[in-house]
Amino acid sequence: MSSESIRKLMVSFYILLFFGFLFAPLIMMTIAAFNDVSFPQVVPWEGFTLRWFPALMDDALMMEGFTNSIWIGLGVVCLSVPIGLAAAIVMTQVHRRVRSLYYTIVVSPVLTPGVILGISTLVFWDRLGTLMDADYESLYYSGLFLTIVGQSTFISAYTMLVFLARLQRFDRTQEEAALDLGATHAQVFWKVLIPFLRPAIFSAMGLAFLTSFENYNTTVFTIQAKSTLTTVLAGKVRMGTQPDLAALAVLIIGVTLVGAIAIEIAQRRELRREYAAKAAAARAERATATPVQVPAQ
Amino acid sequence: MTGFIQRNGIVISTYLIGAVAVWMIVMIVLPQAYMLDYSFRHNLPPGKIGGPEDVYTLANYRYLLFGSPTSPDAFNYLHLEVFLRTIVVSVFITLLDFALCYPIAYYIAQVAKGGFARAMILLLILPFWVNEILRAFAFRILFGTSGVINAMLQSLGLVDQPIDFIRADVALYAGLSYAYVLLMVFPLYNAIESLDHNQIEAARDLGSPWWRIHWRVAMPHAMPGIASGCTLVFMLSAGALAAPQILGGPSSLWFTQIIYRWFNTGGNWPQGAAYAIVLLAACLVFVLAIMRLFKVSLGEIAR
Repeated sequence: MSSESIRKLMVSFYILLFFGFLFAPLIMMTIAAFNDVSFPQVVPWEGFTLRWFPALMDDALMMEGFTNSIWIGLGVVCLSVPIGLAAAIVMTQVHRRVRSLYYTIVVSPVLTPGVILGISTLVFWDRLGTLMDADYESLYYSGLFLTIVGQSTFISAYTMLVFLARLQRFDRTQEEAALDLGATHAQVFWKVLIPFLRPAIFSAMGLAFLTSFENYNTTVFTIQAKSTLTTVLAGKVRMGTQPDLAALAVLIIGVTLVGAIAIEIAQRRELRREYAAKAAAARAERATATPVQVPAQ
Repeated sequence: MTGFIQRNGIVISTYLIGAVAVWMIVMIVLPQAYMLDYSFRHNLPPGKIGGPEDVYTLANYRYLLFGSPTSPDAFNYLHLEVFLRTIVVSVFITLLDFALCYPIAYYIAQVAKGGFARAMILLLILPFWVNEILRAFAFRILFGTSGVINAMLQSLGLVDQPIDFIRADVALYAGLSYAYVLLMVFPLYNAIESLDHNQIEAARDLGSPWWRIHWRVAMPHAMPGIASGCTLVFMLSAGALAAPQILGGPSSLWFTQIIYRWFNTGGNWPQGAAYAIVLLAACLVFVLAIMRLFKVSLGEIAR
């Protein structure tokens, strides 16, 4: 055996190990969810059961957290997608000299630990509330509102990056053409830019919602007396371990996997359509280019 | 400015500037600035805020260094040790993740072919979408005293008694490396993917051994990706809260857990804010060090 093939074998073995490391914990948890023992474990295997799944529905605390998570996720989508879009458009237009400062400020939330975003949001709004002499029922102290704001601080940066990636491929001449043909700025925005960005808007919405839904570090500080699904889960996991947690994990994994695969497929289809469009355009160009050539007389 | 309004029209300009201003000022800059200010204040009840007792103080930072004035110790050994351990372990996890991910990223970017490479990327993304809490929970099932690993070790006859991986912090370190491994893979992959394969072929044809190709061709090209991955993994590990809460041993704390306590059971927010500032400063120092070390700009790191 040559040293080359030994190396190839080692590489393949390593790749297998790596993917084993990625998936083993999730697979083990899935098995535990169906194991008929009162402690989440894989061995000894006591038989297949589904009884941990209905147990979830009876958990009022968890259902309340789930509802809150949904509302927060929707709020974050409504806040972070328009902000990310605006920030991305401004980025493409801002003067070169201020661009790096601007970029530093708007990506800083990505490089800041989530706990710090949560804390700063909490103390800032608490202080505003004190200044305004607001009562404790007001927005300044509302766990749901603060969580939406706190999460949007960094999720807006994510959505901005999604829009930036798409805007890089935007052909400015389309905008100029529309303006030359008498369109107003608002028309250009709604009829040219937004349709071009539509796929990015959908990915940004999906990304924002999923990121919000599974966030813990920021939420745990801003949510205060309320709860979200992740904070309820974290409390349960810390307290002790019942197998219904594994069942819930399997449900959540199932839903997120379907969601993630759907986003992935949508993105690939979009890419393929773009390639096809480009190829068609290139073909059309060649086809029209040929007859224009004036035959030698 | 007038050019900007002319270019976008008045309505769209208002939206663009308004949205960006709200984000930058109300959500990013002011809260951070206020947290900094807050960390220099005494812990006062709401009624006394703005009153004569509301003066600046270094007491919150002094506490992290020296502990409470009444304590007999010269330094706040407990908190300082937790802080140092958080930083050192986070650096270690960053290095470990880099070592784990570099071969995979290189393989997918340069060796694997089209469809297979895309399938591997999809496989990499999937676990990333699973909730952080649940990933940590999965490690409890794996590493618990009646967990899979202990059962395997016992049935193989390697150990008599189950090993308490949780108390030994093995579960925590494994869980943290696992949680952020993908934030290392993708920046590395993106950076290595842009390397022209001909350069590698050229190096090989000129007789360079495989390790030197990595050291002198692939890695220098991948610098921005390495910097980006290391920054993200370090920042997320040092700032992790869920994994230490779930997987940490009873006697060992993570720095974020102390911050969490100041805000919850401790009920001393300014003190917690001061600790948060220290953590933020540590992350900032790390980012600056990485930028200097790898000679990259912030724009290349956060992409």
